[in-house]
Amino acid sequence: MTHPAPADPSSPDGPLLSVRGVDVGYRTGRRTQLTAVHEATFDLYPGQSMALVGESGCGKTTLGLGLLRLLPRTGTVSAGNILFRRKSGDVVDLRGLAEQDLRRFRWNEAAMVFQGAMNAFNPVLRIEEHFLDTFRAHESRTRRRDLLERSAELLAMVRLDPARVLPSYPHELSGGMRQRALIALALALRPQLLILDEPTTALDVLTQRSVVEQLTELRERLRFAMVFITHDLGLAAELADRVGTMYAGRLIETGTTRDIFHRSRHPYTSALISSVPPVVGELAVPEPLTGGPPGIDALPPGCSFAPRCPRVIDGCTTTRPELRLLHARDEGLSHAAACLRSDDTELSTEGATRD
Amino acid sequence: MIDPAAPTETGGRSTDPAPDAAGDDPGTAPPVLSLRGARQVFSTPRGDVPAVAGVDLDVRPGQVLCLVGESGCGKTTTARMAAGLAEPAGGEVLYHGTDLRGLDKRARAGFRRSVQYIHQDPYASLNPVRTVQSTLTAGLRRHGLVKDGDQARRAATALLERVDLVPAEDHLDKYPHQMSGGQRQRVAVARALAMDPEVIIADESTSMLDVSIRVSLLNTLGALRDDLGVGFLFITHDLAVAKYFAWDGEIAVMYLGKVVEQGPAPEIVNDPRHPYTRALVSAVCEPDPDLARTKERVRLRGADIPDPTDLPPGCDFHPRCPLYEQGRCDTERPPLVGSRGPRLLACHVVNGAG
Repeated sequence: MTHPAPADPSSPDGPLLSVRGVDVGYRTGRRTQLTAVHEATFDLYPGQSMALVGESGCGKTTLGLGLLRLLPRTGTVSAGNILFRRKSGDVVDLRGLAEQDLRRFRWNEAAMVFQGAMNAFNPVLRIEEHFLDTFRAHESRTRRRDLLERSAELLAMVRLDPARVLPSYPHELSGGMRQRALIALALALRPQLLILDEPTTALDVLTQRSVVEQLTELRERLRFAMVFITHDLGLAAELADRVGTMYAGRLIETGTTRDIFHRSRHPYTSALISSVPPVVGELAVPEPLTGGPPGIDALPPGCSFAPRCPRVIDGCTTTRPELRLLHARDEGLSHAAACLRSDDTELSTEGATRD
Repeated sequence: MIDPAAPTETGGRSTDPAPDAAGDDPGTAPPVLSLRGARQVFSTPRGDVPAVAGVDLDVRPGQVLCLVGESGCGKTTTARMAAGLAEPAGGEVLYHGTDLRGLDKRARAGFRRSVQYIHQDPYASLNPVRTVQSTLTAGLRRHGLVKDGDQARRAATALLERVDLVPAEDHLDKYPHQMSGGQRQRVAVARALAMDPEVIIADESTSMLDVSIRVSLLNTLGALRDDLGVGFLFITHDLAVAKYFAWDGEIAVMYLGKVVEQGPAPEIVNDPRHPYTRALVSAVCEPDPDLARTKERVRLRGADIPDPTDLPPGCDFHPRCPLYEQGRCDTERPPLVGSRGPRLLACHVVNGAG
C-alpha cells in the first residue's frame, strides 16, 4: 500500500475523522456476504468539505452510512477503523462503540442529512416537534420555550421564517424549505461533522443555488466539516475542497477539487467530468460513458474499470491498481489515483497549464 | 451492456416505412402539434390555481422545443395538454391544424399513435409483470400493426436496436427489475417509438439518470430526431441538458404558467435577457471549481415562488426580480412580444431599454 502515512488523530492538529482500510459489507444469506466498499482510507481535517462522487451503485451511500454506522440491519463495517476526535479531544473508534454510546455520539458529534428531504421528516409531526425531539433525546430538562427559541435561531440561520415554519407540517413546506429545515435540524447540536447524501438532487436549480449558498455560509460561520455524496459534479466543484471518486466500491482517486477537475489522473474521473454538458459557451459535445459499473458480486479481475476504460492496456485486466500517491500534501489533500497509467503524460497534459 | 456504436443500420421501422416527415425545410415545416392560448386551471380548496395561463407553442417535425423552468411552473401540465391527456380549460390544441376536440374516432386514433409520451421515472412507467417484448409490442398489437408472434418479436428487436439496447436478444425476455435505470428508460423510448410517432413528448426523461448515462440517452434521442424526423417537446429543469439537446431548436422558459422568454437555444442560454432566465442560467453549478468561484450570480430578491392561488399583480416575477421597477412591474402584466431577432420576451424593463 502506498497510502499517505496516516496522521495521528489524537494530536490537536490531527484529523477529525480518520478512516483506515474500511470495508462495508451486506449479509445476503445465512453464510454469504457481499463487500460493497473495499478498503476506504482517508483523513478528514476539521472544517474540510469532501465530496464523494461516482455513478449509482459505486458504494458512496454505503460508505457514508457506514461512517456513522447507520447501515440497514444487514450491513456491517467488516474491517478497518473509523477514528473520530470528539469535542472533548478523545479519539474513539466508531467501529467499536457500543450502541448506546453511538446514539449519544450521533447528532452531537456528527449528523447526517439523508437523501430526499421529502422522506426524512415524520409527516404527522410539526417541524417544531422534530426539533424538540432532537433536543430532548440528547439533553435533559430544558424548558420547551428555550428549546423553541433555539430552534427558531437555527431556522433563521438557513433564512427560514421560524414563525411560519415551526408550526407547519412537512407537507406544507416546499422541497427547498424542507431541505433547509433539515440542514438546520442536523446542525441543532452543533456537530463537528455533517454527512449529506445527495443534498440537492431533487431540487430545482434556483433552490439548489440557495442551499449551496447557505451551506457555504454556515460552514464559514460554524466551521463544521462536511462529507457529501453526490453524482452532480457541478455541486462537487462548487461546494467541496477535496473530492474522492468512487468506483465499484473503492476510492479510486482522491485530491483537491482542482486536482480532480483540472488534472484528473484516473480515466474514470476524467470520463465522468467530460460526460457533463456545460452551460456556458458554445456547444460542447460531451463524451458519453457507455455501460455501467459492474455489480459488486461480479467484479472483473484486475481494475474494475478496465472493461469500460478507453485507455486500457494489457496489465489492467490482471493487476488491480492500488491508490498511488502522485502529489503529497498535508491535511489529507494529497492527490492519489488507482490507475496503472496514472503517470502517463497523455492523461495529464490537458490540465497541466491550468492551476 | 450498451454498445457504444452509433445507431444500427437495421434499426428502421419494421412495421411500415418511416414517413418522410422532415419536409423540405424543417424550420418552416408546418407544425405537427400547436398550442394556441392553451390554459389549464386546477381548483383547490384554497382557490383556483392557473397552472397554465395561455401559452402558444409549436412542435415541428425533426425539431426540438424545450420547456424549462422550476417545478410548479406548468411544464408538465402543458405537456399533458399537448399529448391530449388533459383537456385545456381554454384555448386549443391543434394536431396538423385541427382542434383535438374536433377529431373523429379514426383521426383521434392516428393522433394517439403519432404523439407519444416518455415519462420521468422508468421505475414507475414500465409494467413490472411484462417482459420487454410484451411492453414494446402492446401498442402494436392493440392497433393491429403486427399479425403474429414472430412479427412482434422482429418488431421488438428492431426497436431495441434503434435505441442501442444491443444485442436485442439479451433484453427481449427481461423484466424491468432485471435492468438498470438507463436500460429501462431506453425501453420506454423504444415503446414510444413503436407507434412510429411524429412527436415525442419527453417529460424530464433524463433527470433520474446518472450523468454518464444521460448523455448517451440524449444522443439516442438525437438520432431519432435527426434520422427519423421525430419532433420533440422536451421538458427539463436542467439548462445544460436543454442546451445540448435543443441546440438547433428552441427553448421556451416558463414561469408560473406563462412563457416569459422564447427563442433559439444558443441565444437563450448564452445571452439570456429575461431576468428570470438570467437567474436560471447563473444558478447552474458548473463542473469547474475556478469558474464556480468567479462566476457572476444573479441575486434574486426572494428565493421562493409566490403562492399560485394568490399571484402578485402585474408581472408574476416582480417580487423576486432584481430589475424590478416600481409603478410598472407591479401593476401591468408584460406581454410576450418580439424582441431583437427571433426572440420573444415578456419584460417591461428589458424590452423598454431596447
